[in-house]
Amino acid sequence: MKRLLTTAGLMAAIAFPAWAEGTKIGVITTLSGPAGYLGEQIRNGLQLGFDAAGAKVELIVEDDTRDPNVGLQIADRMLNEEGIKILTGIVFSNVSGAVVPETLDLGGIYVSPNAAPSPLAGAKCHPNYFVVSWQNDSLHEASGAAAKKLGYKTAVALAPNYQAGKDAIAGFTREFGGEVTEIYTGVEQSDFAGEMAQIRDKAPDVVFQFHPGGQGIAFLKQYQQAGLLGTIPMVLSEPSYDGVILKAVGPAAVGITGTTHWNDDFDNEASKAMVAAWAAAYPETPLTTYAQQAYDTGLLIGSALNKVGGDDVAALSAALKEADFASTRGSFAFGPNQHPVQDWYLTEIAADDAGNPKIVTKEKIREAVGDVYAADCKM
Amino acid sequence: MKRGHLGLLVVFVLLALVPLVADATGQSSMTRLVGQVLILGMAAASLNFILGFGGMVSFGHAAFYGIGGYVVGILYHHFDAGTAFLGLIPGTDQLLLTLPAAVIVSGLAAALVGALALRTGGVQFIMITLAFAQMFFFLVVSLKTYGGEDGIMVRRTNELFGLNMRDKATLYWIVLVVAAGYYLFLRRLVNSSFGQTIAGIRQNERRMAAMGVDTTRAKLFAFALSGAGAGLAGALMVNFLRFASPDMMHWTKSGELMVMVILGGVGTLAGPFIGAGALFTLETTLGRFTEHWALPVGIILLVVVLATRGGLMGLVRRIVEWRR
Amino acid sequence: MILLVEQFLNGLQYGVTLFLLAAGLTLIFGIMGVINLAHGALYMVGAFAAAWTTMQTGNFWIGLPVGLVTAALVGLAMELAVIRRLYQRDHLDQVLATFALILIFNQSVTLIFGRQPLFSQPPALLSGAVEVLPGLPYPAYRLFVIAVGLAVAVGLYLLINKTRIGMLVRAGATNRQMVRALGVDIGRLYSAVFALGALLAGLAGIMASPILAVQVGMGEEIILATFVVVVVGGVGSVKGAFVAALVLGMIDTMLRAFLPGLLQGVMPGPEAQALGVGISSMGIYLMMAIVLLIRPRGLFAAGG
Repeated sequence: MKRLLTTAGLMAAIAFPAWAEGTKIGVITTLSGPAGYLGEQIRNGLQLGFDAAGAKVELIVEDDTRDPNVGLQIADRMLNEEGIKILTGIVFSNVSGAVVPETLDLGGIYVSPNAAPSPLAGAKCHPNYFVVSWQNDSLHEASGAAAKKLGYKTAVALAPNYQAGKDAIAGFTREFGGEVTEIYTGVEQSDFAGEMAQIRDKAPDVVFQFHPGGQGIAFLKQYQQAGLLGTIPMVLSEPSYDGVILKAVGPAAVGITGTTHWNDDFDNEASKAMVAAWAAAYPETPLTTYAQQAYDTGLLIGSALNKVGGDDVAALSAALKEADFASTRGSFAFGPNQHPVQDWYLTEIAADDAGNPKIVTKEKIREAVGDVYAADCKM
Repeated sequence: MKRGHLGLLVVFVLLALVPLVADATGQSSMTRLVGQVLILGMAAASLNFILGFGGMVSFGHAAFYGIGGYVVGILYHHFDAGTAFLGLIPGTDQLLLTLPAAVIVSGLAAALVGALALRTGGVQFIMITLAFAQMFFFLVVSLKTYGGEDGIMVRRTNELFGLNMRDKATLYWIVLVVAAGYYLFLRRLVNSSFGQTIAGIRQNERRMAAMGVDTTRAKLFAFALSGAGAGLAGALMVNFLRFASPDMMHWTKSGELMVMVILGGVGTLAGPFIGAGALFTLETTLGRFTEHWALPVGIILLVVVLATRGGLMGLVRRIVEWRR
Repeated sequence: MILLVEQFLNGLQYGVTLFLLAAGLTLIFGIMGVINLAHGALYMVGAFAAAWTTMQTGNFWIGLPVGLVTAALVGLAMELAVIRRLYQRDHLDQVLATFALILIFNQSVTLIFGRQPLFSQPPALLSGAVEVLPGLPYPAYRLFVIAVGLAVAVGLYLLINKTRIGMLVRAGATNRQMVRALGVDIGRLYSAVFALGALLAGLAGIMASPILAVQVGMGEEIILATFVVVVVGGVGSVKGAFVAALVLGMIDTMLRAFLPGLLQGVMPGPEAQALGVGISSMGIYLMMAIVLLIRPRGLFAAGG
C-alpha cells in the first residue's frame, strides 16, 4: 500500500509541471565569513519580493563561501540535477565570474541582485543575463555628481587598491570634474589612521571614500575619532553606508552625504509595502539596498513567472526583458545590455530621535542613467 | 607490487565510469565534483611531496597553483583579444601549449622562492613561504589588465585535438588522465633514488650531507618540482572553471591545501586525494542541509585529528590491520 | 613635521595592538610548542563579549572586564578540551586542529550574535581628541590604547623577569624538558600560560573594537601579521615580540603614509599610488623575508 502511494506520488510529480507546487529558484549567495550579512539581506529580500509578487516559488538557498569552486559546483547541481532554470543571489564578482557563464551556456537564466562585473555588461552580454542592481561605475558617478552639485572644488578620493576601488575613484572623478587627490588603501587594511592624517594634511573641500562592509565601518568610526567628521564633509556611494554599516557605526555617521538608487523613505507603493513587510519579518535587522535589490529581483522574476506560467526559458527571458513590475525605486527600465536604467538620489544621514543615524532623501541628482558598457553590447 | 597495480587499475576504471554513472543516476553534477576533487587532490599531492616526503612545510603553495592558473587565463586573454603578453608572447587556447607553459612558469617561480626560503627551516620556512605567496597575491590583485580582484573569465576551455571540450565528460576524462599520470609520476618519484634522498634529508639532513649529497640543491629541486605540479593543477582548474581569480592565491587557499594533506594523511600517495575529496565534498554537500555547515565540518575535522593518527589514510590502515 | 609625529603615533598604536596578540602567541608557541591558528578567534571573542556587554549596559568599563574574563575562560576551555591533546603531536596536526577551531568559533559567533557587525564606540571619557602638539589633535582613545599596550609590556616584563612563574616560563621557552625535571606541575603551568595568552588576545580585541568593525572573521584579518611579529621577534621571546611588533607596526604605517608620495617624485601620480600601496601591503612580508634571510631564527631567538 505504502509503495503504491509513493508510486502515485511520483506519477503526480511527473504529470504536473514543477510550477504547480512552486517554481524552484536557485539562490547561490555568501552566508559565511564577514560578508555573510550581505547574503542574508539578499536571501531575505528575495523571499519577500517573491511573496509580494504573488509568485509561487521555492527558494533553494546555498552558501557559496565566496569561493568560485564551491559556487560553480552548486550551480552545476542546481541546473543539471534539480532542473532549476533560474539562478540568482550572488554577492561577489569573483563568484559570478565562474557561475554566470556556465549558467548561460547550460541554457539557464541568471538575474543578478548585486554583482555586475563589467565584461558581462559590455561585449560579453547575453540575452539570458539580467542585472537588477546597478553597474558598478554608475554608483560612483552619482557621488561625483553630488559633490559637484554641492559646489565642492577639491576632493580626496580613497578606495582599496583593487579593480572595483579603482573604478570607484574613476567613476567619481568623471562626474566631479574638480581636482581629485587619489589615495589607495590596502586590500585587507582595517586601520586608516595614516589616511586620516593625510586627509587632514590635504584639507580638501570634500572626501569621497569607497569601502564596503567591515572596512567601511572602520573608516567611518576612525573618521569621527580623528575629529574630521563635521570638519571636512564626506560623500559616499551606497555600498559604503548601508543600513547595517550605519547601525554598527552609530552616531559617528551623522552629517554625511550619500548617493543611492533607493532609500526607505521613498514615496511609492512598492517601496512602502516592502518597508512594512521587512519590519514585520525582520524587526531587528536594518533594511539595506542589498535587500531592496533582491526584493526588486523577486518582483521581476515573479512578474515573468506569473506571465509565462511555467519555466520555459525563452518565454521567461522575453518576459524578464519587459521589466513589467512596479519597482521599489519608482522608475526602472533595462538598457540594451539588460542592466538597469535608473535615477540616482542625494541623501543625507541625519540623527533620529534617539541620536542614531537615519538616511533622509534630499533630491534626484541623475535621471535615467544607464552605464558606459552598454554601447559595447551587441545582442 | 602486482596487487598494487591491480588496485590502481580498478580505481582508475571506477573513476573513469563516474560520468556514466552520474548521468545514469541523475546526479550529473557528480562529474564536476569528482573532477574538482581530482584537481584539488593534485595540488594537495604536489604539496605533500615536499611536506610529507621532504619535510618542507610550505604555507604558500597556493601561489604556484594560482600562477599556473593565471598562465592559462592570461594566454587566453591575449588569444581572445588578439594581442601579445608584454608585446612579445602571443596568446593561445591550445591545451598542449598552455599546460606546459603553466608547469614551466610555476616551476620557475617555485625555484625562485625556494632559493631564498630554503635558507631557513622549521617555522621560519612556513612563514617565509607564506610571505612570498602574499606578495604574489597582492601583485595579481593589482593587475588591472587581467581583471584585478574580479579575475579573468576564460570564456572557452582550451582546445585539444578538436575534442568537444564543452562536454563535461570529455573534460573530466582529460582531467582524470592527467591526474592519473601525475599520480604515477609521484609514485615513481617517491621510489626513485632522488625520492630516497629527499626522504633521507627529512630524517637527517646532516647525515645526508655527510654522505656527500648537496642537500640544499636536492631540496630546491624538490621544491621546484612540487611548485610545477601545483601549477599544473591550477592550469587544469582554470580550464575546468573557465575562470581564474586571485583567491586561487589567497593564503586561506594555501591553508586549505595543507588541511587536505593532513586530513588525508601526510606522506602517503593517496592521502591528499582522499583529503581533498573529504573536505570539498563536505563543504559542498553539507551546505545543502544547513547554512551553518562550517560548524559540523569543524567538529568533524577536530574529531579526525584528535582521534586518528595519520589522517584518514591512518584510519584506513588501522581498520585494515585490525581486521587481520 | 606634524604629519610625521601623527604617523609615528599611529605606528605605535598599531604596534602595541600587534604586541598584545603576539605576546600570548609567542609564549604558547615557545613554551608549549603549539602553533595556534585559532589565536585570532580569542581576539574576536574578546571583542564580541565586550562590545555586546557595552551595548547592553551602555558602559564600556563594564564591557572591558567582561570581555577579558570571557576571553580568558574561553581560552582555558580551549586548552583543556583541545590544545592539551596537541602538545605531543607534530605541528601539522596542530594546524589542522586549530583550523577546525576557527571554523567552529566563527560559526558559533554567527549563531549567537547573527551575521551583522556589532555596534561599538569609545567610552564617552575617551571619545574626544587631545592636542598632543599645537595643531595636532589626536584621538584620546588611541592614546589610551598606546598607554594600555605599554603598561602591559611593562607588566609582562616584571612578570617574566621578577617572579617564580616568570622564571618557569623563561625556562620553559628555553628548555622544555628541564622544567619537567624540576618537578613542576607542567599541566597547570601550560593552562595558566594559555589563559594568559587568551586574556591578552582578548584585550587586543577589546581595544580594537571601538576602532575597527566587530565582525566574524576579524581574527583572521590580524592573525597573519601576528605570526609575522612572532617569527621576526624570535619564537618564545616576549622581548622580541615587543620589538618586532613596534618595528613592523611602524614600518607598515610609514610605508603606507609616505611611499606613494615618494614614488610620485619619479613616476606619474596614479601609478605611483597603486604601486606604493601594493608595496606597502607587502611591506611586513618583505621585512620578514629580509630578517629571516639574515637571522634565520628571528631577532631575539629564545634558547639560542
